[in-house]
Order: sequence, then structure tokens, then C-alpha cells
Amino acid sequence: MKTSPATTSERAGAAPGWLRHAPWLIFALFVGYGFAVGGYAATVISFALVYAVFVTGLNIFMGYANQVSFGHNCFAAVAGYASAVLTTAHGWGVAPAMAAGVFLAVAVALAIGLPTLRLKGHYLAMATLACGLISYEIAVEWKSVTQGYLGISGIPPLGVAGYEVTSDRAQLTLLAAIALVATLISGRIRDSRMGRAFLALGASENGAMALGVDVTRLKLLSFVVSAAFSGLAGALFVHVVGYVSPEVFGLHMVILAFTMLYVGGVGSIAGPLVGALLVSLLPEAFRGFKDYQDLAYGAVLILLLIYAPLGVASLFARERTASREKAG
Amino acid sequence: MTPDDARILETVALTGRYGHVAALAPTDLHIRKGELVAVLGPNGAGKSTLLRAIMAQVATSGDVLFEGERLPRDPRAATARGVVLVPEGRGVFGPMTVRENLELGAYRFGKAGFERRLARVVELFPRLGERASQLAGSLSGGEQQMLAIGRALMCDPKVLLLDEPSLGIAPRVTMEIFDTLAVLRDQGLPILLVEQKAPAALKLASRAYVLSLGRVAACLATDQITSYEDLARYYL
Repeated sequence: MKTSPATTSERAGAAPGWLRHAPWLIFALFVGYGFAVGGYAATVISFALVYAVFVTGLNIFMGYANQVSFGHNCFAAVAGYASAVLTTAHGWGVAPAMAAGVFLAVAVALAIGLPTLRLKGHYLAMATLACGLISYEIAVEWKSVTQGYLGISGIPPLGVAGYEVTSDRAQLTLLAAIALVATLISGRIRDSRMGRAFLALGASENGAMALGVDVTRLKLLSFVVSAAFSGLAGALFVHVVGYVSPEVFGLHMVILAFTMLYVGGVGSIAGPLVGALLVSLLPEAFRGFKDYQDLAYGAVLILLLIYAPLGVASLFARERTASREKAG
Repeated sequence: MTPDDARILETVALTGRYGHVAALAPTDLHIRKGELVAVLGPNGAGKSTLLRAIMAQVATSGDVLFEGERLPRDPRAATARGVVLVPEGRGVFGPMTVRENLELGAYRFGKAGFERRLARVVELFPRLGERASQLAGSLSGGEQQMLAIGRALMCDPKVLLLDEPSLGIAPRVTMEIFDTLAVLRDQGLPILLVEQKAPAALKLASRAYVLSLGRVAACLATDQITSYEDLARYYL
């Protein structure tokens, strides 16, 4: 991955090189484990990777540009339902249906972003939350298209040009590649001129405005780019599961994605990937606790947030993190 | 050249408001080439609103003329024309390094001429050169203000608007910053300086506008101010 001046060794106190590769090692270990074991483990890790794509998008808007959104599930729902409907009711191939879904999600993000991104902070959070709730209601009520609570079943699996990815290992491999590419793209975005502008916007809106940066346009751009990732995740989800209903893209998705983002490391490149894997697999690790599973899961999350307040990914860049904490 | 020809920035009945609240009554002022003009006044007088109105960062009416032409009512276009604001509170990008902050100052130029601009800024503020790889948020208040001014200079301004550069900064560092402003003034850069610390600002400025309750209460040549009691009545 291209390394920005922000992460070059010239910055005092950067972590040793090998330690900074730890997130990628975690990713490789989890995917390797899922591939070796297959079955349920591969499925759980596959879902985690779909979420990793979603959270990577959310990170662009919330981590880089430092805005707030509780409504990105809306874009996952738009793309997921679009891809489901196009493949099941209109006979489209999976790849073009997914592409159409992502395109539609981006269009919806533009339509929502233009009026709502004038808001800031809590007001923006509430507006985006409302968008997520509205999308849920539309999925419930627009029965002629979405089948309401019954949902749409028989959605074809991932595939392209007549080749279907049906085995759990093949699916895991494909999703790992997609999640990795999404993370690398996110890294390239952060190191790009546009990404620097996102970071500037996130650090000081007044400062960015004073430099002649078009703040409104930049917010919209970060919103739309992140919505594209969310749309891709939504489309992937329906083809991995083979079924979609309104609950899939409900408020639970938002809460889970937030947990993944903050556990992994908001604003970091690999944080969403690490966070999605850890948060998805922690409940499985505590399955033996039976009735106390949720208690143990919650306790670990609290401990993680206490001892790694900037996310697990920050542990692999300790001194830089310390500088950032000092930066306040 | 007549005095009017020398005007680089001029406001004509410029107002500023936040929603329905008018913070700046119709205001006429001007700044000439190579001139440092101070804008003084108590808290809430409309000083910061004046600068934000010039930059079209708040709702405005009236006009701003720059080099004799109407300045576009768009912050981005105003900056592109060379009218650059150093905002109150500095607005440095804390999680980024000093160098990255300066790079963003030259955002609209890309890489063209970056090293030349950087060398000029480092010459004016050597501390920024020493702290190039340090996170901006970890700098002292005075160094952050130097960075904010340096970042604005990276935009190649034709007019610099400064909003309270001494706010929250130790007197010794304030003097250091004001010495640099004097150098910039002597190099011919027109500066509109909003400042509460009148004595320090008046040492630099050739003229001063005094704002009170959102209006220009007085325009004074600094060499005509014999006593700060002349000014004090506008603050009361």
C-alpha cells in the first residue's frame, strides 16, 4: 500500500514496521482458519468480511471526514433489494444486478446528502437515522416489490459469467479478496488529495473552509463514496445469504457496524477489517459460556474500548497513537 | 495613482447575519495595497463577522470589491482570487503533521511551486521547519497560530485577513507573531487584522476601524491616536 507522508518513518515515534503489519496478519489468520475448517466457521467469517466492506465505507465518512451517520443501512438496503429484485424477478445476472444496486445506492445517497449534509453533529446523526428508519419502512410496506416481512428468497449466489460461487470456501476466498480490495481502496483514498481534504474537513471544518475547500461538496463526496461501499456490502449480503427481509438492514446493522468501527479503530485504514472480524467472532468464542455468552461478549467489548480507546488497530501503532492522543 | 486606485479590498454596505440575527450593519471600509489595517472593538462588536462576511462564510448583502472588481460571494472563489482568512481559533488540522497542514494550504495549487512557498514560510517561521513532522495538535498555542498563518501564506494570498491572532497566546509569542506580520506588511502584503489587543495592533497598523455593536464607530489614522482613552469610549 502506498504510504502517505502522514505515516512515513520521519514522523517521530512511529511503530516498528513489523508491528504495523499485524492487522493484515490477523486478517490472514482468520481467513486462513475459516478456509481450513470450512463449514460454519467459514460462513461466520464470510459474514464478517461483508460487514468489513460496509464498515470500511462508514469509516470514510465517519473516520476520515469525521461526520456522523446512523443511516448507512439505507444504502445497503437499496443495493441489496435492487440486486435481489433484479436477479429474482427480472432475470439479471448477479454482477450487473449488484452493479445496478450500488449505482442506485449512490444515487439515493446523492438525493439524501444534498439536503441533510447542511446539518452538523447530532442533527446530522438524527437526519441520517431517520433515513435508515424510512428505508426500513419502505422495505416493509412496498410489498409488491419487497414482499414485505416475508422477504425475497431464492436469490442466486455470487458469481459472474455463468460461474456460481457455491462452496463455503470459494465464497470465503472471494469475499476475502473483495474485503481486502475495499480496504486497499480506502487506504488509497485516504492518501489521495481527496482523502487529505476529507481529513482536513474532519480535523477542522473552519480551517478547511478558510483554505477555500468546498466543505459542502466534500461532505457530499465522502457521503457518496461511503454509500457505494455500503451498497456493495448490502448487495453482497443478499447473494451470500440467498434471502433478504427488512430486518437484515435494520437498526441492528447500524449498531453492529458502529461497534466494529470503534473496536477496530475509527479513522484507521485496517481498523474496519479488524473490527468486523473481532466483533463477529467474539460471540462465537464465548459460545461455551452459554447463558453468560452475552455478558462475556459485552465485558470484552468494554475492556477493549477502555484499553484501546482508539481501536485495536491503534495498538499496532502505539507511539503514533500517543501523539494523536496528545493532539487531542 | 489616486488613493482610490490603490484600494485592493473594499466593502460596500456589507452586512452579515446568522439566520435572522443581524451581526453586522451595512459597513464600508477599505484597505490599500501594502497597508496593514486594524479592526478593533469589544467582544460581540462584529469583528469576526466582518471577516466572515468578506469571505462569504455567512449570509451577506452588499458588495466586496477586490482589485476593483466584485469578489464572488463564494468562499472558495474568494480564496482562489487571493483573499485568504486565518480564522479565529486557528483551525489547524490537529491529527496531521505540520508539513501536511502546510501542504493543505497549497491544496488548490497541487505540487506546483510547493517548495518555494514552503521555504518562504519556514524562513518567516523557523519553528515550523523544526517541527515539520510533529502533529499540529501537539504544538503550543503560539506555534499553532504560526502554523495557521503559514498555512494561509501557502495559498499565495494577495490580501490576508487575520482573526484575533493573539487569542490565548503568551505575550512574548504574540510579539514574535506580530513582528512577523510587520515583515509581511513591509514586503507589501495587505493585511486586515482583527484584534482585541489594541496597543499591539496599533503599533503595526496605519489605520484602524473601531467596531461597536455591529457598526463602524470610527475610522482613525493610528498616528492621530494620542491616547488610548480616545479608543476606550468605543468599548464602553
